Amino acid sequence: MAVIRDMIPAFELFQPTSVDDALSLLAQHGDDTWVLAGGLDSFDWFKDRIKRPKVVVELSGVEELKGIRSTEDGVEIGAMTTLTEVATNSEILANYGLLAKAASQVATPQIRNQGTLGGNVSQDTRCWYYRGGWPCYRAGGNICYASAPQAMNREHCIFGADRCVAVNPSDTAPTLIALDAKMIVKRANRERVIDAEDFFIGPGTDITRMTVLRPGDLLTSIRIPATWAGASFYWEKVEDRKSWDFALVSVARAMRVSNGSITEARVVVNGVAPYPMRLDAVEAAVRGRPLSEETAQMGGEVAIRRAKALRHNDYKLPLIRNLVRRALRGRPA
Amino acid sequence: MPAVDLIIDHEQRGGVSRRTFIKGVIATGAAVSSTAYLFRSSGVFAETLTQGAVERLITLNVNGQQRRVDVVPHETLAMTLRYKLGLTGTKLGCDRAECGACTVLIDGVNRYSCSTLTHTVRSQEITTIEGLEDSTGQLHPVQQAVVDEGGFQCAFCAPGFIMSMVALVEANPNPTRSETAHALSGNLCRCGDYNKILNSAMRAAEYARRRA
Repeated sequence: MAVIRDMIPAFELFQPTSVDDALSLLAQHGDDTWVLAGGLDSFDWFKDRIKRPKVVVELSGVEELKGIRSTEDGVEIGAMTTLTEVATNSEILANYGLLAKAASQVATPQIRNQGTLGGNVSQDTRCWYYRGGWPCYRAGGNICYASAPQAMNREHCIFGADRCVAVNPSDTAPTLIALDAKMIVKRANRERVIDAEDFFIGPGTDITRMTVLRPGDLLTSIRIPATWAGASFYWEKVEDRKSWDFALVSVARAMRVSNGSITEARVVVNGVAPYPMRLDAVEAAVRGRPLSEETAQMGGEVAIRRAKALRHNDYKLPLIRNLVRRALRGRPA
Repeated sequence: MPAVDLIIDHEQRGGVSRRTFIKGVIATGAAVSSTAYLFRSSGVFAETLTQGAVERLITLNVNGQQRRVDVVPHETLAMTLRYKLGLTGTKLGCDRAECGACTVLIDGVNRYSCSTLTHTVRSQEITTIEGLEDSTGQLHPVQQAVVDEGGFQCAFCAPGFIMSMVALVEANPNPTRSETAHALSGNLCRCGDYNKILNSAMRAAEYARRRA
């Protein structure tokens, strides 16, 4: 547990009340600007004095970033909507229960009451070497402490390592990919609609960032199309403690079954790679197969192909294999 | 034993307990020790305000009162409550949104005050443990339940737990024991007194139903 250090170092605080104002503040202040949503990831960085932005743009006053509304094709969730709202919203519960379930298992009630969906998907990794301020690759240095011979890397990745072996900590991220969500990202004169799958990036793309968001960008909302509305869903999060904890491994699955066969499935895992990882090979392997124990066993084996364990995390291989099997058996969690 | 008795006796007779004394010191602004230490390194008083940034002198709605207070932009609500407003019932345990000792209600919702910037709750209603009893001094049903059940051992975590219990009984007047455990999962007790805390919460819900 961290030591209490007197106070957060000083920064200039801006509290815009509209997206336009927020964007112009971000454009005006440049790289030294920190976007603050619920703040639950940010304050650790500030209190530890590892990240010391000069300017903080705090978004709780921007009403247009909050709330959940139905659209012609699904539902749109403002980036500043709290996880509690996401977990208890009737439409999300009815049609996109996968997301509601994941949101309801993030951290603790207090954190869900304040933490936002936009913040949850934009979280930085929990690798403690990096969070502890070690000058690793991700922090701009030239070494990975977590993959050194003596390193403690029980929580680190088994896929997608590229110098950095940290994992993405978000619970909602894999469910958004499974639901084929679109992330709406704005900056000064531009709006981009990005597939959730492409929103998260690995160290091979940019080792200092977890998502495509660059300074000046603002994630404004998340759209979930009706594609998977009311499908069969499976969510499971494995954690050391029953509350608070980040997932060691999680699995999100959306599936449509007809006449006892899997017509289509999306299987996404997190906690195993620097980004929430869609298991395309598993999806392709089970498509058209009967919903059976044999299919589930096969899917589990396919899931861990090419996985590469570090010294202390080989338990993640059987774990993810078994979670994918459970997910493919088609029973609710 | 006599020595202990003496101290207690002295505190009661003098009418000024240690706690009241400390609060008094904070309130009069003479608290050179803790406050100056806490706000020391950040250069708080030397800052200049840039155009467009937040005003420092704000009014907070705390326990039904309007409180004028000078708040720096990077100040957490726990700091403001404890060291500016003297509301030391709210505890700081981890200061990392992990232990729940700093839990307060913001517009009736339980949140960690150690991880909330004071400036973000300017227009909201803040309720701390001090604001639970009513104007006649009658304890809140949750407080009464905790007293009756002897719910806590050392009780450092109690204010945070009680605030979470208040949020629970407001939202769900008839919770099951497992719903109660879920609702209190954001608060930690290092004495490991969870069973009695859950007993208190169940009784709290019962008292609240009776009073409603």
